[in-house]
Amino acid sequence: MHRTKVRVAEDALDANTTIAQANRADFDRESVRVVNLMSAPGAGKTTLLEAVFREGLGALRTGVLEGDVQGSLDADRLAHFHVPVTQINTDGGFGGECHLDANMVRSALGEVPLDEIDLLIIENVGNLVCPAEFRVGEDAKAMVCSVTEGEDKPLKYPLMFRTCELVVVNKIDLLPHLDYDLDKLIYNIEAVNPGVEHMLLSARTGEGVEGFRDWLVRAGDREGAPA
Amino acid sequence: MHELSLSSAILETALRHAGGKKVGAVELTVGALRQVVPASLTFYFEIVSRGTVCEGARLELHTVDARVRCNGCDDEWTLDDPIFRCSSCEASDVEVITGNEFLVESIDVEEEACTAPR
Repeated sequence: MHRTKVRVAEDALDANTTIAQANRADFDRESVRVVNLMSAPGAGKTTLLEAVFREGLGALRTGVLEGDVQGSLDADRLAHFHVPVTQINTDGGFGGECHLDANMVRSALGEVPLDEIDLLIIENVGNLVCPAEFRVGEDAKAMVCSVTEGEDKPLKYPLMFRTCELVVVNKIDLLPHLDYDLDKLIYNIEAVNPGVEHMLLSARTGEGVEGFRDWLVRAGDREGAPA
Repeated sequence: MHELSLSSAILETALRHAGGKKVGAVELTVGALRQVVPASLTFYFEIVSRGTVCEGARLELHTVDARVRCNGCDDEWTLDDPIFRCSSCEASDVEVITGNEFLVESIDVEEEACTAPR
């Protein structure tokens, strides 16, 4: 048996990137801006979106693509806000994929009414690791990190914190009950991703949600996107 | 879990270049900023490659340090922790020189055509 070395010299994620670019081209054709929203499980992504849709985003027509390993609990929560919600379940893979990749998003695009929306929010699977690696065709990446998670998370998951254009710090209504050093969190975010925009809010009480709503409106504006 | 996703991406890349031939080894370059655990990557690759021409292939993993440069004072150093702030001048305009790599460099294929399913 003779062995030959075949030169590849290719980024292992190139295949994903190519599909992400095709998604992006489809979004651009329909003039839809896309935000990839990521976080650890339970950080409050869906609660934040509920808080956003309770008041709405003005004239900005918004749709949501919900990524979950299983079930449609999150999509059900958002359904009554009269926002088109499309569910993707990732449990077809090996034990259920822990993130959305470009191909999963591509396979769901037929069900997303791109011609009826200006902004698509992709709520990724709750996970601070894999979603950071896989582009899906988004214009901007945002993450939610909650004050129940520990101030050291930026140092433990730098890939995620570095890939985002916005870090939303959620659950600040709980601060009086926690031994949480908010300054330390901000310092760590700055150390890992200097200059990244961050905002403090409570999706539960609504405090500060206006700031995120404004950010989404800017993200949905093709002229003034934050990314 | 991170390594499972990445090992699947490595497998897809290797299969695309293997042309249906049996693969004996896959050579990789992985930067420190990718937070990959080599033993974990090897473990998952062995699982995801089962039943393909890459089954049993050896992963040869070369790691690359995270090197960064301060655009303020041109100081250059190797990152031990993910702190992207210059320790000399405190500037935060720090550029990554190496450490983001996640490359399949080459594969070793066996000349005899293989009948294993892809």
